[in-house]
Amino acid sequence: MVSGLINENPTVYERKERRVRTDSTNTDEFSVEPIDQLEIFDILFFDFAIVNIHHIRDIRDPEHPYSLEQLKVLTEDSVEVDDLKSYVRVTFTPTVEHCSMATIIGLSVRVKLMRSLPPRYKIDIRVAPGSHATEAALNKQLNDKERVAAALENPNLVEMVDECLSPSFE
Amino acid sequence: MDLMEKNLELIEVQKLEGHTDRVWNAAWNPVSPILASCSGDNSVRIWEQSSLSRSWSCKTVLEETHTRTVRSCSWSPSGKLLATASFDGTTAIWEDLGDEFECISTLEGHENEVKSVSWNASGSYLATCSRDKSVWIWEVLGGNEYDCASVLNGHTQDVKMVLWHPTLDVLFSCSYDNTIKVVWWSEDDDGDYQCVQTLDESTNGHSSTVWAISFNAAGDKMVTCSDDLTLKIWGADISMMHSGEGYAPWTHLCTLSGYHDRTIFSTHWSSDDIIASGAGDDAIGLFVDSKQHDPVNGPSYNLLLKKEKAHEMDINSVQWSPSKESRLLASASDDGMVKIWQLETTP
Repeated sequence: MVSGLINENPTVYERKERRVRTDSTNTDEFSVEPIDQLEIFDILFFDFAIVNIHHIRDIRDPEHPYSLEQLKVLTEDSVEVDDLKSYVRVTFTPTVEHCSMATIIGLSVRVKLMRSLPPRYKIDIRVAPGSHATEAALNKQLNDKERVAAALENPNLVEMVDECLSPSFE
Repeated sequence: MDLMEKNLELIEVQKLEGHTDRVWNAAWNPVSPILASCSGDNSVRIWEQSSLSRSWSCKTVLEETHTRTVRSCSWSPSGKLLATASFDGTTAIWEDLGDEFECISTLEGHENEVKSVSWNASGSYLATCSRDKSVWIWEVLGGNEYDCASVLNGHTQDVKMVLWHPTLDVLFSCSYDNTIKVVWWSEDDDGDYQCVQTLDESTNGHSSTVWAISFNAAGDKMVTCSDDLTLKIWGADISMMHSGEGYAPWTHLCTLSGYHDRTIFSTHWSSDDIIASGAGDDAIGLFVDSKQHDPVNGPSYNLLLKKEKAHEMDINSVQWSPSKESRLLASASDDGMVKIWQLETTP
């Protein structure tokens, strides 16, 4: 029985300062601001905790409550967005090459975006090329809408995803 | 009558609201002006057209039976029974008793989500398929009894849809494994269903998940659609099959690409030869045979029209009405709506 963590010693990077938007010229409270890379970056980086799960029954035991930014799972270049086309693609790098967490991370990123973006958005999630042993298979599964829908009807998976999406500890 | 020469438009006739989650599938009753839709809200809605006002309204909601998403629904050829396939692993059979529907049977056996259900032309067999990679064939016995006749394990991944041929007892299935499989009854080895053909990349097949299949009225052509963003047209010499000369293989005739830039989830071939497609780009495409007889390249199909933003989100299902009166098309979407469209010539 494996009792250790999947990733015992993750590399932790410095967290960037939260950028303040300096454009205060738009005072029209009813104007619609286009969604850009920075906004999606904020959605993903600051409200996301990563939890290492080695035993399904112990989901309440977060081992590394660092953000995905700190673990370099997501970087600035991870997000490609086109608000006019209502399209976003997020590329993430799992911390370990055959990390079984990759499915949970990918699913969590999708759920976070689905909950934060307008319903018109088309969301593609993929692992960074070369970062995972079964990259093609993983990408296919993460982008099969029917599979994702069925997975999100599984209460155990939803619980794990919600754990990942719970606010960070700092 | 050449459709390409007319000014055609897909006009929205009515928007059917009521489902509280995405609508996965819509199915027209073969004999009455009734439409069934099924949803991620675990229910099935039956919509009926009023003979007076011609408008559609929700006649009844079939709920409290499936405990998870209802993924697809299919009417029996008589129009009296409705089969519903669910992520809860079961397929329910409902009987239309006039003022209400009663669940008369529940087919169990699949290990996980059931994706699709189909009745054969005579209503004597049902087929179901699942993420468990199998296709089950059920025999319709009297007295609301259904018996499992065969379990087929040919696909190597999640099976997305099953469909019986419109005139022959030949079963087609398409899958996440990128292939389409053809199964028919063989009398060898005490008789059982066997896979007689697999349409894969090596036979000009799809390069990603195949989501749907549809036949033309004659049953000698079929269209398939895929996550690879294409529609493919296939043909077979079915007169050979009808005359008992054995199995006639399906061959690739044409690939339609560049019309959708997101997964094509559904396609349906109308009785008057218009192919409809519904995709993740929120658009409905309509295609017709170009009627250009090219002896080298075979038949080709042209885009008749593309209805952009037909819905606000992905389109999961497109179905032509069997009604001969008008060209009605139903579409079901992630936006929770079912829409009824009419293909009309504009003055």
